[in-house]
Amino acid sequence: MTSSPLANLADQTAGLLATIAGLDSIDHLREAEPTITGKRSILSALQKSFGVLAPEDRKEAGAQLQEARRVVESALESRRRELSQLARARTLLEDGLDLGDVVLGDARWPASVGHPSLIAITQRELEDVFVAMGFTVSEGPEVESDWYNFEALNIPPAHPARGLWDTFYVELGEPETVVLRTHTSPTQIHLMEEAVAKDSLPIHSVMPGRCFRRDTPDSSHLATFHQIEGLVVDRGISFADLAGVIETFTRAYFGPDIESRLRPGYFPFTEPSAEFEVTCTICRGEGCRTCSQTGWIELGGCGVLDPAVLAAVGIDGHEWSGFAFGFGIDRCAQMRHEIADMRALIENDTRFLEQFS
Amino acid sequence: MKISLAWLREFVELTESSDELRVILDDLGLVVEGVERVGEGLEDVVVARIDEIHAIEGADRVRLVVVDAGHGPLEIVCGAMNIDLGDHVPLAPIGAVLPGGFVIAQRQMRGVTSNGMLCSARELGLGDDHRGLMVLDEIIEPVVGVGLMEALSITPDVVFDITVEGNRPDAWSVEGVARDLATRLGRPLWSPRLAEPNGEETSAAYASAGIDDPDLCGRLTVSVLHHVRVGPSPSWVVDRVQSAGMRAISNVVDASNLVMLELGQPTHAYDAAHVAQRTLRARRARRGEMLVTLDGVQRELATAGRGLGDTGEDCVIVDGDDTVLGLAGIMGGATSEINDATTDVLLESAYFDPMGIARSSKRHGLRTEGSNRFERGVDPGLALRAAARFVHVLHESCPELEWLRDPLDVAGITPTPPTIEFDERDIARVLGVAIESDEVTSILTGLRFDVSVSGERFTVVPPRARPDVRGGVAGSADVIEEIARLHGYGRLPRHTPTWPQPGGLSERQKLRRHLRDVVVDLGAAECWTPTLGSDGDFDLLRPEGARVRITNPLASDEAVLRATMITGLVRAWGKNLERGTGNVVLAEIGNVFTHPDVTASPRMTKGGVGGSVTLTLPQENERLTVVLGREGDDATAAVAFWATVAERLGLADVVVRTSDTPEPGFHPTRVAQLVDRASGTVLGSVGEVDSVLVEGLVASAPARRLGLVDVDFDALSDPSRATRRSEFAKVPSRFPSAVIDLAFVAPEPLHAQDLAFELRGASELVEKVELFDVYRGSNLPDGTRSLAYRVRFSSDEGTLSEVHVATARDQLIARAGSLGATLR
Repeated sequence: MTSSPLANLADQTAGLLATIAGLDSIDHLREAEPTITGKRSILSALQKSFGVLAPEDRKEAGAQLQEARRVVESALESRRRELSQLARARTLLEDGLDLGDVVLGDARWPASVGHPSLIAITQRELEDVFVAMGFTVSEGPEVESDWYNFEALNIPPAHPARGLWDTFYVELGEPETVVLRTHTSPTQIHLMEEAVAKDSLPIHSVMPGRCFRRDTPDSSHLATFHQIEGLVVDRGISFADLAGVIETFTRAYFGPDIESRLRPGYFPFTEPSAEFEVTCTICRGEGCRTCSQTGWIELGGCGVLDPAVLAAVGIDGHEWSGFAFGFGIDRCAQMRHEIADMRALIENDTRFLEQFS
Repeated sequence: MKISLAWLREFVELTESSDELRVILDDLGLVVEGVERVGEGLEDVVVARIDEIHAIEGADRVRLVVVDAGHGPLEIVCGAMNIDLGDHVPLAPIGAVLPGGFVIAQRQMRGVTSNGMLCSARELGLGDDHRGLMVLDEIIEPVVGVGLMEALSITPDVVFDITVEGNRPDAWSVEGVARDLATRLGRPLWSPRLAEPNGEETSAAYASAGIDDPDLCGRLTVSVLHHVRVGPSPSWVVDRVQSAGMRAISNVVDASNLVMLELGQPTHAYDAAHVAQRTLRARRARRGEMLVTLDGVQRELATAGRGLGDTGEDCVIVDGDDTVLGLAGIMGGATSEINDATTDVLLESAYFDPMGIARSSKRHGLRTEGSNRFERGVDPGLALRAAARFVHVLHESCPELEWLRDPLDVAGITPTPPTIEFDERDIARVLGVAIESDEVTSILTGLRFDVSVSGERFTVVPPRARPDVRGGVAGSADVIEEIARLHGYGRLPRHTPTWPQPGGLSERQKLRRHLRDVVVDLGAAECWTPTLGSDGDFDLLRPEGARVRITNPLASDEAVLRATMITGLVRAWGKNLERGTGNVVLAEIGNVFTHPDVTASPRMTKGGVGGSVTLTLPQENERLTVVLGREGDDATAAVAFWATVAERLGLADVVVRTSDTPEPGFHPTRVAQLVDRASGTVLGSVGEVDSVLVEGLVASAPARRLGLVDVDFDALSDPSRATRRSEFAKVPSRFPSAVIDLAFVAPEPLHAQDLAFELRGASELVEKVELFDVYRGSNLPDGTRSLAYRVRFSSDEGTLSEVHVATARDQLIARAGSLGATLR
């Protein structure tokens, strides 16, 4: 009767563990690996020797060997992690550089040509037009509460109008109370609240910023996009002033031969509301595919501030009135540069970025 | 909404061309998204009979067909196999232009001349069937040579595809659009033909109706119809329903759809034989009640959803056994559905609370033609008029139809239209121009508002079809919008206002522009990387860290708000590297987000219904991140990049201090903090991208260093945290400067730039201090290195004497000594 091939398994395992503990570099570990767990290892040899065992003993032996292998492999892996951390620590130590000691005279200086993003360029041009018309520029956060994004804008909870905006909800607070802003309009509410608190009306401001809608991106839409809105709250402001501002802006930004027109629309926060369209910049109003032969391109929405919105922020609608308008910055850029696919804006391909200056 | 011009013409006389009408509809805010011309391209198509079919030698896919279209035999090559001799099919002769603009010409195929084309239904725009030719014998009794339009009784028509805004439920019908047109054009609006009850018996003797919850159901009318015979609709009904893009199903269903399309009132027909005790009641669903709707889905009722403001209420229609028959206003159940055997019908025509329908429809994910209309607000006064129209339409296919007297009509709660007062000055104040009183009256009367005028004062009550018109001041804005809309926005004046307050940018905005310009000047291409990223990306820098998550992301790898732009920029660099354009500097200015649980300054704001809850929002931080990816770029290039930025922005007092605090994403031993000495604020970090991060983001990452600058723009734009150089300019001394070099043995913890700053302040004569050499070696004490500075002295008083320079030198050495640095 032959003694069990696994008679010395405990000692053999201990020996392997000792070997592992003695490995002092990743390279050594890699060299030793075949003799510890690989084909040339004692574990593999034991496996092969099972032939001498009676079939009924093989299962038990197999389980013992499997357990020994698990112990050894796990020791090897943890040693591998230790050694690679050690190696990284050593590399980092050797690689260390006191950046406070950098001698600027010796440093590598930038010497290439850069490019601002098309959105930044477009936003600046738009801001400049409005600044020249007497507007200030305001900004607001990208994460908002439902109150600022909807309710203060006369869009109550569960109102079907909320469905007009495909909203990303943030996992904070009660469900659907925190949102990625779907438009820059909440900044209007912040601005009006602030003006009331500081008693600093009137307001003449434009609000550019990043917005989010849960809408699968395609060649003409991105789920993340940029908008610019305008807000005027002053004494004696009417629809005629709104139409005048839109017209002046259109000519200043697109050129003197581009006109604007308003047609009735619906936004919960303005009344009367309008969509505004400008002469198609591709065909100059002749009619083409881009404008579906109408000669006009829809740019954005606008309207006289709804009395309910003024009331929500505590502005006296008898003394003050105002208007708001808004449109896409990305869309303006797309129109001006005839960008066939908006997704190019977020791909950050330098061959695209290099075209703008 | 698709609206047929022919249908509109039943309500108002329209002599305008379809192009002219399109312009008018657009100007009324009924935006025409598309125009479809029915019958266009069918003018030249005629009925032809197939007289001979021959195989063509060498062709097994096409055959030679000889047809007669009234002018003798005509040879045509045809690929269809579904025809036999004697069949009648549509023929497009040479010169015909089919829908879509396809021009038929004489063609040679397989050596045979084809003199036209035999058409499938799809080729003619008459259906989806394109498996073979349209065999006319299956649908009509065709006569050879007759025009196809005449043969199929197709009337040329124009169908407008109109978008109706959410505040115009009244315009979501043929009659509603016609009303706008009639008012704008100053023409009368005609009413459709309506039936009168003709039964002997009263409705109450046969059926009953009730409302248990009047807040959810504002009106429930039930009409009893006997001698209904379910079958196909008359062709004009089919045409109308199909023109709106709906399918014709049976005379009962089609009549219901026609009435909804025409007047805007959804109705529901029940088979009276399957309604217990012929009773319909509207009530709140009870918790645990179930319903299988017509779409075959089993729905659990009265269970609160996740939506904000969702109470879980459902309004249901039940029968006399209190069994739920349907989800009111949204979808019926299968049990009481109309079928071929139906002879007695209970027709429900009701008003349901719009918000209730909106909540139920959203929660059950069930949007139907009915729910879409009810949630916007159906005219509560329309119910019985719609029933009368339904009966009139159905009567044509059920001549014995009997409509019992006194239809059941139970009232719940419906909104009372407000009374709105305003005067001519209010109109001028909102619109910037006065509108003639007569015009105001005729516009509002045309739109069915009650108007009374007293002097300059209007008192107006909107029709019940206009739930969008509110009371009070808001209501007058609503009415003035209607006046402006019908008057024509294009006719209103324009005036560009001016005001004394100056426009302009804030200091922060100016600084951002300046920063962007500087970064671009230094060779960076500005990027736009995603705000929404994956958990995996987040874990690369902040494993297990608290993150701001999106509840309903478009994709699982777009579920987390970014905490840094480093990840996005490194990935963008990697993509460019793959394209062979990796020799670039990439920069982004944008917001990053920190979960409120782990930020010292979470943003508090009001939210929830009525803004009654205080919410804690993530901290938003605007940053500039620059990844220097050109070959040879490393941490020193990043330091130089930053030094230039700081110089250009006029930062007076920022030093680069090596830091032991690990900064996520940075190479742990090649990172330094940018510290404003005066305020102690850390403005950002400079260094190299951690190679582990690059390997995690860039496939086949090369062994290449990436410089990295990451700056807190919020801190940078705050003058109390980022100290600026004085705006006062100094005129340089006219007298020669003296230059000396000073090398100090400085302990490692003393930062080179801090020492330089100290030296600068040590004597009034110092003009400039510049580090020019750093030396570490075994001949220096452990834990020290040599820092060599070039110092330039000058004085406005005169040329510096050796004594002056020596004194100043001593002052500098003394100051260095006080910091532990000794002259070498």
